[in-house]
Amino acid sequence: MANTAPAHPTHAGGAAGETRRDFLLDMTVATGVVGGVMMVWPLIHSMNPAADTLSLSTTEFSVAGIAEGMGITVLWRGKPVFARHRTAAEIEAAQKVNLAELRDPAKDADRVKKDHENMLVLVGVCTHLGCIPLGMKPTDPRGEFGGWFCPCHGSEYDTSGRIRRGPAPANLEVPPYSFVNDTTVRVG
Amino acid sequence: MTNATEKTTLRKIFDWHEQRLPIVSFIDHAVGTQYPAPRNLNYFWNFGFIAGFMLAVMTVTGIFLAMNYVAHTSMAFDSVERIMRDVNYGWLLRYMHANGASFFFIAVYIHIFRGLYYGSYKAPREVLWWIGLLILLAMMATAFMGYVLPWGQMSFWGATVITSMFTAIPWVGNAITTLLWGGFAVDYPTLNRFFALHYLLPFVIFGLVFMHIWALHIPGSNNPLGIDVSTKDKIPFHPYYTVKDAFGVGVFLLFYFAVVFWAPNALGEVDNYVKANPLQTPPHIVPEWYFLPFYAILRAIPNKLLGVIAMFGSILIMFVLPWLDTSRIRSATFRPVYKWLLIVFMLDCALLTWCGAQLPEGAPLILGRIGAAWYFLHLLVLTPVVGWLETPKPLPASIGEPVLRPAE
Repeated sequence: MANTAPAHPTHAGGAAGETRRDFLLDMTVATGVVGGVMMVWPLIHSMNPAADTLSLSTTEFSVAGIAEGMGITVLWRGKPVFARHRTAAEIEAAQKVNLAELRDPAKDADRVKKDHENMLVLVGVCTHLGCIPLGMKPTDPRGEFGGWFCPCHGSEYDTSGRIRRGPAPANLEVPPYSFVNDTTVRVG
Repeated sequence: MTNATEKTTLRKIFDWHEQRLPIVSFIDHAVGTQYPAPRNLNYFWNFGFIAGFMLAVMTVTGIFLAMNYVAHTSMAFDSVERIMRDVNYGWLLRYMHANGASFFFIAVYIHIFRGLYYGSYKAPREVLWWIGLLILLAMMATAFMGYVLPWGQMSFWGATVITSMFTAIPWVGNAITTLLWGGFAVDYPTLNRFFALHYLLPFVIFGLVFMHIWALHIPGSNNPLGIDVSTKDKIPFHPYYTVKDAFGVGVFLLFYFAVVFWAPNALGEVDNYVKANPLQTPPHIVPEWYFLPFYAILRAIPNKLLGVIAMFGSILIMFVLPWLDTSRIRSATFRPVYKWLLIVFMLDCALLTWCGAQLPEGAPLILGRIGAAWYFLHLLVLTPVVGWLETPKPLPASIGEPVLRPAE
Protein backbone atom coordinates (compact mmCIF):
# COMPACT_ATOMS: atom_id res chain seq x y z
CA MET A 1 0.00 0.00 0.00
CA ALA A 2 2.43 2.57 1.24
CA ASN A 3 5.07 1.67 -1.32
CA THR A 4 2.81 2.12 -4.32
CA ALA A 5 1.06 5.40 -3.51
CA PRO A 6 2.48 8.25 -5.58
CA ALA A 7 3.07 11.56 -3.85
CA HIS A 8 0.13 13.18 -5.60
CA PRO A 9 -2.56 10.88 -6.96
CA THR A 10 -3.38 12.07 -10.42
CA HIS A 11 -6.73 13.12 -11.78
CA ALA A 12 -6.95 9.89 -13.72
CA GLY A 13 -10.63 10.07 -14.57
CA GLY A 14 -10.74 13.32 -16.51
CA ALA A 15 -10.21 17.05 -16.33
CA ALA A 16 -9.80 18.92 -13.07
CA GLY A 17 -12.98 19.09 -11.02
CA GLU A 18 -14.47 15.96 -12.49
CA THR A 19 -12.79 13.06 -10.76
CA ARG A 20 -14.15 10.86 -8.02
CA ARG A 21 -11.58 12.40 -5.70
CA ASP A 22 -12.79 15.92 -6.47
CA PHE A 23 -16.34 14.80 -5.82
CA LEU A 24 -15.37 13.36 -2.44
CA LEU A 25 -13.51 16.53 -1.55
CA ASP A 26 -16.50 18.67 -2.50
CA MET A 27 -18.84 16.47 -0.50
CA THR A 28 -16.56 16.56 2.54
CA VAL A 29 -16.19 20.33 2.45
CA ALA A 30 -19.93 20.78 1.88
CA THR A 31 -20.75 18.51 4.82
CA GLY A 32 -18.32 20.39 7.03
CA VAL A 33 -19.73 23.76 6.01
CA VAL A 34 -23.35 22.67 6.51
CA GLY A 35 -22.49 21.10 9.86
CA GLY A 36 -20.60 24.21 10.92
CA VAL A 37 -23.47 26.49 10.01
CA MET A 38 -25.93 24.22 11.83
CA MET A 39 -23.76 24.57 14.92
CA VAL A 40 -23.29 28.32 14.57
CA TRP A 41 -27.04 29.00 14.61
CA PRO A 42 -27.65 27.62 18.15
CA LEU A 43 -24.69 29.69 19.37
CA ILE A 44 -26.06 32.90 17.86
CA HIS A 45 -29.67 32.15 18.73
CA SER A 46 -28.68 31.62 22.38
CA MET A 47 -27.98 35.37 22.45
CA ASN A 48 -31.55 36.21 21.35
CA PRO A 49 -34.19 36.89 24.03
CA ALA A 50 -34.75 33.78 26.14
CA ALA A 51 -38.18 32.36 26.96
CA ASP A 52 -38.34 34.12 30.32
CA THR A 53 -37.48 37.42 28.65
CA LEU A 54 -40.17 36.96 26.02
CA SER A 55 -42.69 36.06 28.72
CA LEU A 56 -42.31 39.58 30.13
CA SER A 57 -43.52 41.04 26.85
CA THR A 58 -46.89 42.38 28.05
CA THR A 59 -47.47 44.97 30.73
CA GLU A 60 -50.85 46.03 32.13
CA PHE A 61 -51.48 49.28 33.94
CA SER A 62 -54.40 51.46 35.06
CA VAL A 63 -54.96 54.90 33.57
CA ALA A 64 -57.79 55.73 35.96
CA GLY A 65 -55.68 57.88 38.24
CA ILE A 66 -54.06 60.05 35.56
CA ALA A 67 -55.44 63.58 35.77
CA GLU A 68 -55.90 65.63 32.62
CA GLY A 69 -52.60 67.11 31.49
CA MET A 70 -50.60 64.55 33.45
CA GLY A 71 -48.93 61.29 32.44
CA ILE A 72 -47.27 58.19 33.80
CA THR A 73 -44.29 56.16 32.68
CA VAL A 74 -44.43 52.36 32.90
CA LEU A 75 -41.82 49.74 32.06
CA TRP A 76 -42.48 47.44 29.09
CA ARG A 77 -39.78 45.01 27.89
CA GLY A 78 -37.20 47.06 29.77
CA LYS A 79 -38.21 50.27 28.01
CA PRO A 80 -40.32 53.23 29.23
CA VAL A 81 -43.85 53.60 27.89
CA PHE A 82 -45.49 57.00 28.19
CA ALA A 83 -49.23 57.26 28.88
CA ARG A 84 -50.33 60.90 28.77
CA HIS A 85 -53.85 62.14 29.48
CA ARG A 86 -54.05 64.96 26.94
CA THR A 87 -56.01 68.15 27.44
CA ALA A 88 -58.61 69.21 24.89
CA ALA A 89 -56.27 71.95 23.64
CA GLU A 90 -53.45 69.43 23.13
CA ILE A 91 -55.73 67.08 21.19
CA GLU A 92 -56.98 69.92 19.02
CA ALA A 93 -53.41 71.08 18.33
CA ALA A 94 -52.41 67.57 17.37
CA GLN A 95 -55.40 67.09 15.05
CA LYS A 96 -55.22 70.31 13.10
CA VAL A 97 -51.56 70.05 12.08
CA ASN A 98 -51.04 70.13 8.32
CA LEU A 99 -49.62 66.69 7.51
CA ALA A 100 -47.53 68.16 4.72
CA GLU A 101 -45.43 69.94 7.34
CA LEU A 102 -44.47 66.71 9.07
CA ARG A 103 -41.21 64.83 8.62
CA ASP A 104 -42.96 61.53 9.33
CA PRO A 105 -46.57 62.20 8.33
CA ALA A 106 -49.17 60.48 10.49
CA LYS A 107 -52.70 61.45 11.49
CA ASP A 108 -53.30 61.92 15.19
CA ALA A 109 -56.35 59.68 14.88
CA ASP A 110 -54.12 56.81 13.78
CA ARG A 111 -51.94 57.19 16.86
CA VAL A 112 -54.66 56.78 19.48
CA LYS A 113 -57.53 54.35 20.07
CA LYS A 114 -61.02 55.41 18.99
CA ASP A 115 -63.07 56.80 21.90
CA HIS A 116 -59.84 57.09 23.90
CA GLU A 117 -58.41 60.08 22.02
CA ASN A 118 -57.44 61.71 25.29
CA MET A 119 -55.01 58.88 26.17
CA LEU A 120 -51.77 58.90 24.17
CA VAL A 121 -49.60 55.79 24.65
CA LEU A 122 -46.06 55.91 23.25
CA VAL A 123 -42.76 54.11 23.59
CA GLY A 124 -40.69 56.71 25.44
CA VAL A 125 -37.53 56.22 23.42
CA CYS A 126 -36.25 58.93 21.10
CA THR A 127 -36.05 57.62 17.54
CA HIS A 128 -32.67 59.33 17.12
CA LEU A 129 -30.34 57.42 19.44
CA GLY A 130 -32.45 55.96 22.19
CA CYS A 131 -32.57 58.55 25.00
CA ILE A 132 -35.75 59.15 26.98
CA PRO A 133 -37.33 62.47 25.94
CA LEU A 134 -38.34 64.89 28.71
CA GLY A 135 -41.95 66.00 29.07
CA MET A 136 -43.66 63.61 31.48
CA LYS A 137 -43.21 65.84 34.51
CA PRO A 138 -44.87 69.26 34.69
CA THR A 139 -41.47 70.83 35.30
CA ASP A 140 -39.87 69.18 32.23
CA PRO A 141 -39.12 71.17 29.08
CA ARG A 142 -41.49 70.04 26.34
CA GLY A 143 -40.10 71.91 23.38
CA GLU A 144 -41.87 74.39 21.15
CA PHE A 145 -44.60 71.93 20.09
CA GLY A 146 -45.77 71.08 23.62
CA GLY A 147 -44.99 67.37 23.51
CA TRP A 148 -41.55 66.04 24.38
CA PHE A 149 -38.03 67.36 24.21
CA CYS A 150 -35.07 64.99 24.02
CA PRO A 151 -32.17 66.23 26.16
CA CYS A 152 -29.52 64.29 24.29
CA HIS A 153 -29.65 65.96 20.87
CA GLY A 154 -32.61 68.30 21.01
CA SER A 155 -35.31 66.46 19.09
CA GLU A 156 -38.76 67.96 19.68
CA TYR A 157 -42.04 66.05 19.48
CA ASP A 158 -45.57 67.41 19.40
CA THR A 159 -48.64 66.47 21.46
CA SER A 160 -49.16 63.42 19.28
CA GLY A 161 -45.52 62.34 19.76
CA ARG A 162 -44.62 63.21 16.16
CA ILE A 163 -41.14 64.46 15.34
CA ARG A 164 -41.17 68.16 14.52
CA ARG A 165 -37.62 69.40 14.88
CA GLY A 166 -34.15 68.03 15.56
CA PRO A 167 -32.18 65.03 14.32
CA ALA A 168 -34.68 62.23 15.05
CA PRO A 169 -35.98 60.67 11.79
CA ALA A 170 -39.34 59.30 12.96
CA ASN A 171 -42.25 59.81 15.33
CA LEU A 172 -42.23 58.26 18.79
CA GLU A 173 -43.36 54.68 18.31
CA VAL A 174 -46.91 53.70 19.24
CA PRO A 175 -46.58 50.28 20.87
CA PRO A 176 -49.12 47.53 20.22
CA TYR A 177 -51.68 48.01 22.99
CA SER A 178 -55.36 47.74 23.77
CA PHE A 179 -57.86 48.86 26.37
CA VAL A 180 -58.78 45.81 28.44
CA ASN A 181 -61.54 47.96 29.93
CA ASP A 182 -62.15 51.71 30.19
CA THR A 183 -59.33 52.23 32.67
CA THR A 184 -56.86 49.41 31.99
CA VAL A 185 -54.29 49.34 29.18
CA ARG A 186 -52.32 46.27 28.14
CA VAL A 187 -49.14 46.96 26.21
CA GLY A 188 -47.61 44.18 24.09
CA MET B 1 5.18 28.66 -8.05
CA THR B 2 3.92 31.09 -10.63
CA ASN B 3 5.96 33.66 -12.50
CA ALA B 4 5.57 37.26 -11.45
CA THR B 5 4.04 38.06 -14.81
CA GLU B 6 1.30 35.45 -14.32
CA LYS B 7 0.26 36.53 -10.83
CA THR B 8 -3.36 37.32 -10.33
CA THR B 9 -4.40 40.37 -8.36
CA LEU B 10 -5.56 38.16 -5.50
CA ARG B 11 -2.20 36.40 -5.45
CA LYS B 12 -0.41 39.75 -5.34
CA ILE B 13 -2.46 40.89 -2.36
CA PHE B 14 -1.81 37.53 -0.67
CA ASP B 15 1.95 37.76 -1.28
CA TRP B 16 2.03 41.37 -0.09
CA HIS B 17 0.41 40.30 3.16
CA GLU B 18 2.54 37.16 3.58
CA GLN B 19 5.71 39.22 3.26
CA ARG B 20 4.57 41.35 6.19
CA LEU B 21 2.91 38.66 8.32
CA PRO B 22 3.55 35.13 7.03
CA ILE B 23 0.63 33.64 8.89
CA VAL B 24 -0.47 31.25 6.15
CA SER B 25 3.09 29.98 5.75
CA PHE B 26 3.28 29.58 9.50
CA ILE B 27 0.15 27.43 9.62
CA ASP B 28 1.36 25.52 6.57
CA HIS B 29 4.57 24.66 8.41
CA ALA B 30 2.71 23.78 11.62
CA VAL B 31 -0.05 21.50 10.36
CA GLY B 32 0.08 21.81 6.59
CA THR B 33 1.99 20.71 3.54
CA GLN B 34 5.34 21.77 4.99
CA TYR B 35 5.17 19.49 8.02
CA PRO B 36 6.49 16.06 7.05
CA ALA B 37 4.97 13.33 9.23
CA PRO B 38 5.85 9.62 9.35
CA ARG B 39 3.78 7.70 6.87
CA ASN B 40 2.84 4.91 9.27
CA LEU B 41 0.87 6.85 11.91
CA ASN B 42 -2.10 4.78 13.06
CA TYR B 43 -5.49 5.92 14.32
CA PHE B 44 -4.16 6.48 17.84
CA TRP B 45 -2.40 9.53 16.39
CA ASN B 46 -5.81 11.11 15.77
CA PHE B 47 -6.35 11.94 19.41
CA GLY B 48 -4.03 14.91 19.61
CA PHE B 49 -6.01 16.62 16.89
CA ILE B 50 -9.27 15.48 18.50
CA ALA B 51 -8.16 16.92 21.86
CA GLY B 52 -7.40 20.24 20.19
CA PHE B 53 -10.80 20.14 18.52
CA MET B 54 -12.49 19.52 21.85
CA LEU B 55 -10.59 22.44 23.38
CA ALA B 56 -12.12 24.64 20.70
CA VAL B 57 -15.60 23.17 21.32
CA MET B 58 -15.27 23.77 25.05
CA THR B 59 -14.07 27.33 24.56
CA VAL B 60 -16.81 28.31 22.12
CA THR B 61 -19.69 26.72 24.05
CA GLY B 62 -18.22 28.08 27.28
CA ILE B 63 -18.12 31.65 26.01
CA PHE B 64 -21.81 31.50 25.08
CA LEU B 65 -22.73 29.83 28.36
CA ALA B 66 -20.88 32.54 30.27
CA MET B 67 -23.18 35.11 28.66
CA ASN B 68 -26.07 33.57 30.59
CA TYR B 69 -24.36 32.37 33.74
CA VAL B 70 -24.33 34.32 37.01
CA ALA B 71 -21.43 33.61 39.38
CA HIS B 72 -23.20 34.35 42.62
CA THR B 73 -24.24 31.81 45.24
CA SER B 74 -27.80 33.13 45.28
CA MET B 75 -28.23 32.97 41.50
CA ALA B 76 -25.77 30.45 40.04
CA PHE B 77 -27.97 27.37 40.37
CA ASP B 78 -31.04 29.16 39.02
CA SER B 79 -29.10 30.74 36.19
CA VAL B 80 -28.01 27.26 35.06
CA GLU B 81 -31.62 26.08 35.20
CA ARG B 82 -32.60 29.14 33.19
CA ILE B 83 -29.98 28.17 30.60
CA MET B 84 -31.57 24.71 30.48
CA ARG B 85 -35.18 25.87 30.23
CA ASP B 86 -35.36 29.39 28.81
CA VAL B 87 -32.25 30.27 26.84
CA ASN B 88 -32.53 29.33 23.17
CA TYR B 89 -30.54 26.11 22.68
CA GLY B 90 -29.16 26.61 26.19
CA TRP B 91 -29.69 22.90 26.88
CA LEU B 92 -27.53 22.07 23.86
CA LEU B 93 -24.75 24.41 24.89
CA ARG B 94 -24.70 23.14 28.45
CA TYR B 95 -24.89 19.45 27.55
CA MET B 96 -22.18 19.95 24.93
CA HIS B 97 -20.01 21.71 27.51
CA ALA B 98 -20.57 19.29 30.40
CA ASN B 99 -20.15 16.16 28.26
CA GLY B 100 -17.48 17.89 26.22
CA ALA B 101 -15.31 17.91 29.34
CA SER B 102 -15.67 14.14 29.59
CA PHE B 103 -14.87 13.61 25.92
CA PHE B 104 -11.96 16.03 26.12
CA PHE B 105 -10.54 13.84 28.89
CA ILE B 106 -11.29 10.66 26.91
CA ALA B 107 -9.32 12.06 23.98
CA VAL B 108 -6.46 13.25 26.18
CA TYR B 109 -6.22 10.01 28.15
CA ILE B 110 -6.07 7.97 24.93
CA HIS B 111 -3.48 10.47 23.67
CA ILE B 112 -1.42 9.94 26.84
CA PHE B 113 -1.66 6.15 26.75
CA ARG B 114 -0.65 6.26 23.10
CA GLY B 115 2.42 8.24 24.16
CA LEU B 116 3.13 5.70 26.90
CA TYR B 117 2.79 2.71 24.59
CA TYR B 118 4.86 4.08 21.73
CA GLY B 119 7.43 5.77 23.97
CA SER B 120 6.67 9.31 22.80
CA TYR B 121 7.97 10.66 26.13
CA LYS B 122 11.52 9.48 25.53
CA ALA B 123 14.44 11.45 24.13
CA PRO B 124 14.28 13.73 22.29
CA ARG B 125 10.66 14.46 23.27
CA GLU B 126 10.92 14.95 27.07
CA VAL B 127 9.97 18.62 27.00
CA LEU B 128 7.07 17.84 24.69
CA TRP B 129 5.93 15.30 27.30
CA TRP B 130 6.32 17.82 30.12
CA ILE B 131 4.20 20.40 28.35
CA GLY B 132 1.59 17.73 27.76
CA LEU B 133 1.53 16.98 31.48
CA LEU B 134 1.17 20.69 32.22
CA ILE B 135 -1.80 20.74 29.85
CA LEU B 136 -3.29 17.80 31.76
CA LEU B 137 -2.84 19.62 35.08
CA ALA B 138 -4.38 22.81 33.67
CA MET B 139 -7.27 20.78 32.28
CA MET B 140 -7.86 19.18 35.68
CA ALA B 141 -7.92 22.57 37.40
CA THR B 142 -10.26 23.94 34.75
CA ALA B 143 -12.59 20.94 34.91
CA PHE B 144 -12.70 21.00 38.70
CA MET B 145 -13.55 24.69 38.86
CA GLY B 146 -16.08 24.34 36.05
CA TYR B 147 -17.82 21.59 37.99
CA VAL B 148 -18.25 23.99 40.92
CA LEU B 149 -20.03 26.63 38.85
CA PRO B 150 -23.56 25.07 38.68
CA TRP B 151 -23.56 25.30 42.47
CA GLY B 152 -25.26 21.99 43.07
CA GLN B 153 -24.56 19.74 46.02
CA MET B 154 -21.70 17.95 44.24
CA SER B 155 -20.27 21.30 43.15
CA PHE B 156 -20.20 22.59 46.67
CA TRP B 157 -18.92 19.47 48.40
CA GLY B 158 -16.47 18.68 45.63
CA ALA B 159 -15.06 22.18 46.02
CA THR B 160 -14.94 21.75 49.78
CA VAL B 161 -13.13 18.41 49.62
CA ILE B 162 -10.60 19.40 46.96
CA THR B 163 -9.71 22.74 48.51
CA SER B 164 -9.49 21.09 51.95
CA MET B 165 -6.65 18.94 50.62
CA PHE B 166 -4.44 21.97 51.08
CA THR B 167 -5.10 21.86 54.82
CA ALA B 168 -2.88 18.77 54.82
CA ILE B 169 0.14 21.00 54.27
CA PRO B 170 1.89 21.33 57.67
CA TRP B 171 1.84 24.73 59.43
CA VAL B 172 0.44 26.88 56.60
CA GLY B 173 -2.26 24.55 55.27
CA ASN B 174 -5.19 26.29 56.94
CA ALA B 175 -3.97 29.73 55.92
CA ILE B 176 -3.62 28.60 52.29
CA THR B 177 -7.09 27.11 52.29
CA THR B 178 -8.59 30.29 53.74
CA LEU B 179 -6.81 32.20 50.98
CA LEU B 180 -8.23 29.88 48.31
CA TRP B 181 -11.72 30.22 49.73
CA GLY B 182 -11.61 33.96 50.36
CA GLY B 183 -13.39 33.16 53.61
CA PHE B 184 -13.86 30.41 56.14
CA ALA B 185 -15.78 28.03 53.91
CA VAL B 186 -16.55 27.62 50.22
CA ASP B 187 -18.84 30.57 49.58
CA TYR B 188 -19.59 33.46 47.25
CA PRO B 189 -15.97 34.68 46.95
CA THR B 190 -14.84 31.15 46.11
CA LEU B 191 -17.48 30.75 43.40
CA ASN B 192 -16.71 34.10 41.86
CA ARG B 193 -12.96 33.52 41.63
CA PHE B 194 -13.48 29.98 40.35
CA PHE B 195 -15.54 31.44 37.51
CA ALA B 196 -12.80 33.97 36.73
CA LEU B 197 -10.14 31.25 36.72
CA HIS B 198 -12.33 28.81 34.81
CA TYR B 199 -12.59 31.40 32.06
CA LEU B 200 -8.86 32.18 32.20
CA LEU B 201 -7.30 28.72 32.24
CA PRO B 202 -8.47 27.57 28.79
CA PHE B 203 -6.43 30.38 27.29
CA VAL B 204 -3.45 29.21 29.32
CA ILE B 205 -4.12 25.77 27.82
CA PHE B 206 -4.17 27.30 24.34
CA GLY B 207 -0.75 28.79 25.05
CA LEU B 208 0.54 25.44 26.29
CA VAL B 209 -0.89 23.69 23.22
CA PHE B 210 1.01 26.17 21.08
CA MET B 211 4.23 25.24 22.89
CA HIS B 212 3.29 21.54 22.73
CA ILE B 213 3.08 21.75 18.93
CA TRP B 214 6.23 23.84 18.79
CA ALA B 215 8.11 21.24 20.84
CA LEU B 216 6.62 18.52 18.61
CA HIS B 217 8.07 20.13 15.50
CA ILE B 218 11.67 20.11 16.72
CA PRO B 219 12.09 16.29 16.55
CA GLY B 220 8.90 15.66 14.53
CA SER B 221 6.17 13.16 15.29
CA ASN B 222 6.95 9.81 16.86
CA ASN B 223 5.45 6.78 15.11
CA PRO B 224 4.17 3.29 15.90
CA LEU B 225 7.60 1.76 15.28
CA GLY B 226 9.27 4.31 17.55
CA ILE B 227 12.28 4.56 15.26
CA ASP B 228 13.84 7.71 13.86
CA VAL B 229 12.33 8.39 10.47
CA SER B 230 14.13 9.44 7.31
CA THR B 231 12.68 11.94 4.85
CA LYS B 232 11.66 9.24 2.38
CA ASP B 233 9.41 7.71 5.01
CA LYS B 234 7.55 10.97 5.55
CA ILE B 235 4.49 12.42 3.89
CA PRO B 236 3.07 15.94 4.16
CA PHE B 237 0.71 16.46 7.09
CA HIS B 238 -1.70 18.12 4.68
CA PRO B 239 -3.56 16.54 2.95
CA TYR B 240 -2.73 13.10 4.32
CA TYR B 241 -3.18 13.60 8.05
CA THR B 242 -5.61 16.50 7.91
CA VAL B 243 -7.95 14.15 6.05
CA LYS B 244 -7.28 11.28 8.43
CA ASP B 245 -7.76 13.54 11.45
CA ALA B 246 -10.97 14.96 10.00
CA PHE B 247 -12.27 11.43 9.60
CA GLY B 248 -11.24 10.63 13.17
CA VAL B 249 -12.98 13.75 14.47
CA GLY B 250 -16.11 12.71 12.58
CA VAL B 251 -16.17 9.29 14.22
CA PHE B 252 -15.40 10.82 17.62
CA LEU B 253 -18.25 13.30 17.20
CA LEU B 254 -20.67 10.41 16.59
CA PHE B 255 -19.95 9.09 20.07
CA TYR B 256 -19.85 12.55 21.61
CA PHE B 257 -23.20 13.65 20.24
CA ALA B 258 -24.78 10.26 20.92
CA VAL B 259 -24.16 11.04 24.59
CA VAL B 260 -25.09 14.73 24.27
CA PHE B 261 -28.45 13.93 22.70
CA TRP B 262 -29.42 10.57 24.18
CA ALA B 263 -27.70 10.27 27.55
CA PRO B 264 -26.67 13.79 28.51
CA ASN B 265 -26.73 13.09 32.25
CA ALA B 266 -25.25 9.60 32.13
CA LEU B 267 -21.81 10.84 33.16
CA GLY B 268 -23.07 13.29 35.78
CA GLU B 269 -24.30 12.93 39.34
CA VAL B 270 -27.98 13.44 40.16
CA ASP B 271 -27.02 15.17 43.40
CA ASN B 272 -25.77 18.10 41.38
CA TYR B 273 -29.37 18.92 40.46
CA VAL B 274 -29.90 19.69 44.15
CA LYS B 275 -28.91 23.23 45.06
CA ALA B 276 -25.80 23.56 47.20
CA ASN B 277 -26.50 23.25 50.91
CA PRO B 278 -23.59 24.15 53.21
CA LEU B 279 -25.36 22.38 56.10
CA GLN B 280 -25.70 18.93 54.55
CA THR B 281 -23.16 16.69 52.82
CA PRO B 282 -24.65 14.21 50.30
CA PRO B 283 -24.43 10.55 51.41
CA HIS B 284 -21.99 9.56 48.65
CA ILE B 285 -19.44 12.00 47.31
CA VAL B 286 -17.67 11.10 44.07
CA PRO B 287 -15.78 13.28 41.64
CA GLU B 288 -16.35 13.17 37.89
CA TRP B 289 -15.13 9.92 36.32
CA TYR B 290 -11.94 11.43 34.96
CA PHE B 291 -10.71 12.14 38.50
CA LEU B 292 -11.64 8.74 39.93
CA PRO B 293 -8.24 7.00 39.69
CA PHE B 294 -6.58 9.85 41.56
CA TYR B 295 -9.42 9.91 44.08
CA ALA B 296 -8.93 6.17 44.64
CA ILE B 297 -5.22 6.74 45.33
CA LEU B 298 -6.10 9.52 47.78
CA ARG B 299 -8.46 7.26 49.71
CA ALA B 300 -6.19 4.21 49.59
CA ILE B 301 -3.81 5.77 52.11
CA PRO B 302 -5.13 6.13 55.66
CA ASN B 303 -3.12 9.28 56.35
CA LYS B 304 -4.22 12.77 55.35
CA LEU B 305 -0.89 14.23 54.26
CA LEU B 306 0.46 11.04 52.68
CA GLY B 307 -2.79 10.52 50.78
CA VAL B 308 -2.62 14.00 49.28
CA ILE B 309 1.08 13.54 48.46
CA ALA B 310 0.37 10.21 46.76
CA MET B 311 -2.47 11.70 44.74
CA PHE B 312 -0.50 14.67 43.44
CA GLY B 313 2.59 12.45 43.19
CA SER B 314 0.79 10.06 40.86
CA ILE B 315 0.82 12.77 38.20
CA LEU B 316 4.03 14.56 39.15
CA ILE B 317 5.96 11.29 38.91
CA MET B 318 5.12 11.26 35.21
CA PHE B 319 7.47 14.22 34.76
CA VAL B 320 10.47 11.95 35.46
CA LEU B 321 9.14 9.01 33.47
CA PRO B 322 11.61 9.66 30.62
CA TRP B 323 14.37 8.78 33.12
CA LEU B 324 12.52 6.10 35.04
CA ASP B 325 12.18 4.21 31.78
CA THR B 326 15.72 2.94 31.26
CA SER B 327 15.03 1.31 27.89
CA ARG B 328 16.09 3.22 24.80
CA ILE B 329 13.55 1.39 22.64
CA ARG B 330 10.55 3.67 22.23
CA SER B 331 7.73 1.51 20.88
CA ALA B 332 6.39 -1.20 23.20
CA THR B 333 5.82 -3.25 20.04
CA PHE B 334 9.49 -4.29 20.29
CA ARG B 335 9.50 -4.76 24.08
CA PRO B 336 7.99 -8.20 24.83
CA VAL B 337 7.91 -7.81 28.61
CA TYR B 338 7.22 -4.11 28.99
CA LYS B 339 4.37 -4.32 26.48
CA TRP B 340 2.37 -6.58 28.81
CA LEU B 341 3.48 -4.64 31.83
CA LEU B 342 2.04 -1.50 30.25
CA ILE B 343 -1.22 -3.24 29.40
CA VAL B 344 -1.47 -4.32 33.04
CA PHE B 345 -0.76 -0.71 34.03
CA MET B 346 -3.67 0.48 31.88
CA LEU B 347 -5.92 -2.16 33.50
CA ASP B 348 -4.67 -0.94 36.87
CA CYS B 349 -5.79 2.61 35.97
CA ALA B 350 -9.18 1.18 34.99
CA LEU B 351 -9.35 -0.69 38.30
CA LEU B 352 -8.53 2.51 40.20
CA THR B 353 -11.25 4.31 38.25
CA TRP B 354 -13.76 1.69 39.36
CA CYS B 355 -12.54 1.75 42.97
CA GLY B 356 -12.78 5.54 43.06
CA ALA B 357 -16.50 5.32 42.36
CA GLN B 358 -17.21 2.84 45.19
CA LEU B 359 -17.68 3.47 48.89
CA PRO B 360 -14.21 3.22 50.47
CA GLU B 361 -14.76 0.10 52.52
CA GLY B 362 -14.50 -3.68 52.10
CA ALA B 363 -13.30 -5.09 48.79
CA PRO B 364 -13.15 -1.79 46.85
CA LEU B 365 -10.85 -0.33 49.50
CA ILE B 366 -8.56 -3.37 49.44
CA LEU B 367 -8.53 -3.39 45.63
CA GLY B 368 -7.91 0.36 45.65
CA ARG B 369 -4.87 -0.13 47.86
CA ILE B 370 -3.54 -2.90 45.64
CA GLY B 371 -4.19 -0.75 42.60
CA ALA B 372 -2.47 2.30 44.10
CA ALA B 373 0.51 0.19 45.20
CA TRP B 374 0.81 -1.32 41.72
CA TYR B 375 0.62 2.16 40.15
CA PHE B 376 3.75 3.28 42.00
CA LEU B 377 5.44 -0.13 41.82
CA HIS B 378 5.04 -0.07 38.06
CA LEU B 379 6.51 3.39 37.62
CA LEU B 380 9.19 3.39 40.32
CA VAL B 381 10.45 -0.22 40.25
CA LEU B 382 9.20 -2.31 37.34
CA THR B 383 9.70 0.31 34.61
CA PRO B 384 13.45 0.88 35.34
CA VAL B 385 14.17 -2.78 36.13
CA VAL B 386 12.44 -4.15 33.03
CA GLY B 387 14.26 -1.57 30.95
CA TRP B 388 17.56 -3.01 32.17
CA LEU B 389 16.75 -6.71 31.99
CA GLU B 390 14.54 -6.99 28.93
CA THR B 391 15.84 -8.14 25.55
CA PRO B 392 14.02 -6.14 22.88
CA LYS B 393 13.05 -7.48 19.48
CA PRO B 394 15.14 -6.26 16.55
CA LEU B 395 14.09 -2.87 15.24
CA PRO B 396 13.42 -2.33 11.53
CA ALA B 397 15.90 -0.04 9.81
CA SER B 398 13.14 2.08 8.35
CA ILE B 399 9.35 2.27 8.13
CA GLY B 400 9.47 0.97 4.57
CA GLU B 401 11.83 -1.95 5.22
CA PRO B 402 9.37 -4.51 6.67
CA VAL B 403 6.87 -3.98 3.83
CA LEU B 404 9.21 -3.41 0.89
CA ARG B 405 10.61 -6.47 -0.83
CA PRO B 406 14.39 -6.72 -0.49
CA ALA B 407 14.77 -6.47 -4.29
CA GLU B 408 13.41 -2.93 -4.18
